[in-house]
Amino acid sequence: MTAFLTLCRRDLTLALRQGSAVGTALGFYLIAVSIIPLGLGPDLKLLSRIAPGILWIAFLLSAILSVDALFQDDRDDGALDALVLGPLPAELLTASKSLAHWITTCVPLIAITPLAGLLLNLDPGALPKLIGALIVGTVGISFIASAGAALTLGLRRGALLLPLLILPLFTPFLIFGVGAMAELPGAFEQSFLLLSGLSLFSCATMPFAAALALRLSLE
Amino acid sequence: MISVKNLACQRGGQVILAGVSFEAAKGAAIVLRGPNGSGKTTLLRTLAGFLLAASGSVVLSRSDGAAIPRDEASEALHYIGHANGVKPRLSVFENIVFWQRYYSSHNDAEGAEAALEAFGLLHLASYRAAHLSQGQARRLGLARLLAAKRPIWLLDEPSVSLDTSSTRMLEAAIADHLTGGGIAIVSTHLDLNLPNTSILHLDGGSAQTSLG
Repeated sequence: MTAFLTLCRRDLTLALRQGSAVGTALGFYLIAVSIIPLGLGPDLKLLSRIAPGILWIAFLLSAILSVDALFQDDRDDGALDALVLGPLPAELLTASKSLAHWITTCVPLIAITPLAGLLLNLDPGALPKLIGALIVGTVGISFIASAGAALTLGLRRGALLLPLLILPLFTPFLIFGVGAMAELPGAFEQSFLLLSGLSLFSCATMPFAAALALRLSLE
Repeated sequence: MISVKNLACQRGGQVILAGVSFEAAKGAAIVLRGPNGSGKTTLLRTLAGFLLAASGSVVLSRSDGAAIPRDEASEALHYIGHANGVKPRLSVFENIVFWQRYYSSHNDAEGAEAALEAFGLLHLASYRAAHLSQGQARRLGLARLLAAKRPIWLLDEPSVSLDTSSTRMLEAAIADHLTGGGIAIVSTHLDLNLPNTSILHLDGGSAQTSLG
């Protein structure tokens, strides 16, 4: 447990000191969200109707911007070899990395979502639902993304291959994430529970996939 | 103790090295010698468990003779490869404390300082590791060996980019480790002055041991 927290804390410190990865994700998110009204024209009703979908899509694309560095940095400077020899099984090692990705990328993105929603004329009453759905849904996103990062580790064009590999896996999150915003009785509760289920399933299974990929990449 | 029997090492499905057998009891060092491409790194990575052996066996055992199961074996090993595992954005001290806490789960500032001292880095403790020279970064990578105690050291060209006095520090660290009952397997093309050493010559797919 100490090793898990130590690794997680180190990754947070590194992300904080580097800053550029998180900055890029935040900047991309805001820019993607703010150019969409320019393309669609000044129809406020249309914008607020499609805002949840656009926010989710922009969120998912921004969240995977920083993910290819998740294991790559440690591999490049030789730390990955030493990490694998540590007391953590590879499954927990990748889980710690996924958690660090969630805290350093998804949490800041969620924090600026109210601002991004303003740009799209999102109904302020819908904001708590959106934030709630993002908080439970994006945990699973981080775990899937890190499995993808482990799988493309060491490939020369890995950063380009990665979105192709993991974006299709995000579709259920997108469907239920947007579904949570539907103005139907019980829609939020159902979608919220399904999102939590998807996230828990990803947390439980993805570390095993990631660990397998990580072991192969050491060859 | 580490016992290797008739080991064949592969990389990418191609057998690079076959018929490697040796034993190292506690307090013994094995120096791997051989030309470039003779499989020194492949052998060390196979011993560390990063590569699957094509055939043969590697058995690590405790001093009472009980074999250590493969999934626990990694916790008996230190592996230092060509890269140092040093994070440029952390300070020298943070780097070493991270490895100490990660490996041994306890926080021992004196132990971390002693590890830096042994490699002549204590006066740089608060520096960003990004500002270190090649040789200093190498020493910081090696200091990990002392920050967390583990019985078997696998060192791949540890003396690369070290000057003469730093190489002496490395020799002293390895010699101390051997005196304390540790095992070191070192690939090098420089002559390291180590006690109780056997030399394993790797050459084009076969291996020969000779006591040196």
